[in-house]
Amino acid sequence: MWKQRSPGQSSFNDYNTFPLPQTQRVQPSYAHGPTFHTQQPLVTGTSVLGIKFDKGVMIAADNLASYGSLARFRDIQRLHPLGQHTLIGVAGDMSDYQWLQKELDALLREEDALALTDSHPSLSPKNIYQLLSNLFYARRSKMNPVWNAVLVGGWDKVKAESFLAYVDLLGTTYTAPTLATGFGAHLAQPLLREAYEAKAGIDGTGPLLTQEEAEKVLEDCMKVLFYRDARSINKFQIATITAEGSTISDSKSADTYWAFAEGLRGYGAQTQ
Amino acid sequence: MTSIGTGYDLSVSTYSPDGRLFQVEYATKAVEAAGVAVGLRCKDGIILGVERLLHSKLLVKGANRRIASLDEHIGMAGAGLLADGKHVARRGREEAASFRENYNSPVTVQILSDRISAYLQAYTCYGSVRPFGLSTILGGVDKTGPKLFCIEPSGVYYGYRAVAVGKGKALAKTELEKIVNKEVEGQTSLTVREAVSEIARIIYLVHDDNKDKDFELEMTWVCEESGNKHAPVPADLLAEAEAKAKAALEEGMEED
Amino acid sequence: MSNITSVDISRLKNGEVNLGTSIMAVQFDGGVVIGADSRTTTGSYIANRVTDKLTHIHDRIYCCRSGSAADTQAVADVVHQHAQVYTSVYGSAPPVATAAALFEKMCYDNKDQLSAGIIVAGWDKEAGGSVYNIPLGGGMFQQPWAIGGSGSTYVYGYCDATYREGWNEEETVQFVKNTLALAMSRDGSSGGCIRMCVITKDKVERHFVPGNELPRFWEGKEVVGGNTSGQRVAVAA
Repeated sequence: MWKQRSPGQSSFNDYNTFPLPQTQRVQPSYAHGPTFHTQQPLVTGTSVLGIKFDKGVMIAADNLASYGSLARFRDIQRLHPLGQHTLIGVAGDMSDYQWLQKELDALLREEDALALTDSHPSLSPKNIYQLLSNLFYARRSKMNPVWNAVLVGGWDKVKAESFLAYVDLLGTTYTAPTLATGFGAHLAQPLLREAYEAKAGIDGTGPLLTQEEAEKVLEDCMKVLFYRDARSINKFQIATITAEGSTISDSKSADTYWAFAEGLRGYGAQTQ
Repeated sequence: MTSIGTGYDLSVSTYSPDGRLFQVEYATKAVEAAGVAVGLRCKDGIILGVERLLHSKLLVKGANRRIASLDEHIGMAGAGLLADGKHVARRGREEAASFRENYNSPVTVQILSDRISAYLQAYTCYGSVRPFGLSTILGGVDKTGPKLFCIEPSGVYYGYRAVAVGKGKALAKTELEKIVNKEVEGQTSLTVREAVSEIARIIYLVHDDNKDKDFELEMTWVCEESGNKHAPVPADLLAEAEAKAKAALEEGMEED
Repeated sequence: MSNITSVDISRLKNGEVNLGTSIMAVQFDGGVVIGADSRTTTGSYIANRVTDKLTHIHDRIYCCRSGSAADTQAVADVVHQHAQVYTSVYGSAPPVATAAALFEKMCYDNKDQLSAGIIVAGWDKEAGGSVYNIPLGGGMFQQPWAIGGSGSTYVYGYCDATYREGWNEEETVQFVKNTLALAMSRDGSSGGCIRMCVITKDKVERHFVPGNELPRFWEGKEVVGGNTSGQRVAVAA
């Protein structure tokens, strides 16, 4: 096994959760001393996955909002469309996610309202991504991070190509044809890359996966995450963004396999 | 008006001896000089129409629109000083956004009208400012159904079944009354789709070819067809209505 | 760190009166049922055994509070004030969603300072009965039923297994009563009696279950095989 600090020791827990017994209150702030904001995530969502395919991009996330180790809200959506051709998938603190939703929706509503009188192009996925990365970096610099890791997926109408990028609470940003947050970065990203590179090649010059192939690999990854991520549930949605716009699937489950376990006995020499 | 030279019309903070605020009355004159704006409330939505006068052949077609969106579900048609209209629209958008932020629900047309009215009214109280040269028609569909309001430069506002402001509003109102009366008498009630050609007809009728050379017809609606969102009336529907309006006008002229 | 001139907020907070609590709200066709236990503790001392944790926000909107008593009362008071202003300004009662949004905003914006877990529930003419759960960080989640407070963690399984859509008022009241009794029997920070409110279009009706008349469930026979003699044995020696 690889070396990893226990959750209690790390200053933040890969954007996931602290088990409740380990939650620590904010350190005391004194009347004239520095102000401490840096909270901790309380109600959290786990991994988000993203992959490009030949006609666009797909993003997947499960429907769980955990409270420590308690699977508290099992019917929430972590995929959020922003206009016709952009969609975000959000991991981390769900109250910050809801705040983000409101801010972005308000911005897009204003853009829409202005578009009637002052004709100007609507925000591209790249515009929204830039805005998010500026926002996340500004907030972490104020020691008051927006406790999320976000995948932005979209279709760039001008360039006629898909868009996929990552931004998190530290203001870290990067882009790749396959992406994953949190636990998914460990467990799913290798599988996504493998599937992607099998067709496109390591330099990405070959053909991309078809929509069916991309959906299949995402479902496989969600299954692996359900097997191995203790903050996940087997109920997830997949969003698809193409030139035609974005759609979000109904919640679905992966078929899981347990039959092999029936014959297992004990943990060593035991045979019955 | 006997206000000229009396000194009572110099400031909005000074009443005339008979209790009038001449600056506010002058502001309404600015409205009367503008191309007509009409609003109609139907059973299934609201519709806004504007006669956008073109003062130059060099203007870009379709530009400088006078109908603005204040929120997803509310539109505003202004008649009067264009720049004042832009400012009020901006303010209206801010009010609508702040209501959403505070209460997590879309503002109603009535509440938004009330807030804009309070804003306009403040500009009739201080000598350092001038009132807005603008009449504002607000229309939208909210949880209480389709709603239509008109706010005057003084800040006073009323709810309407149908309303017209600007140049030739009297004639437009007469035509609108015919439509509304039919509804009141229970004969027919227009759908917004049917109203498109009526509004086009009225605006073409009101337009004075001798005084104003050219105009563009601008029309938006909020109804089920637009997903209860404020949106321009579809181009084909508008073109059809305009053609009908022109034909009706020519027919009318032949009869005269 | 701490000296005489500075106040240690975290120690102050620790000494605070806490609503170690079992609270609940369930919607049904035509309204909601809310309920709570009546225990308030400072540490393990029961400061009040007959507390009313069902807090009036507006005519048909109530909330159940958990966390710091001081924090949640302060927040509820402010939202109550907002709700009154809303009524006089807009001429109608605020919808439950609006009251919940006001709670959410306060809890989210001041998350560093507050420990407040609140369930908002009530009836309005647009949505009928509705329930909003606002847990510690200030997120907002609409649910057909919500449970909260320290006692709730012991009864998630019971609720998941028992709850059905389409219950009437009586069945809903019974569900709330049973759930709270189970939570109170397992959670040391919950107890006393059960207070409930049925909020419908026409009225807000109070229900009270005294501490000596709580629904009772399995309370255990600690000795394997049963102890039929009626003699209680604490430890099988």
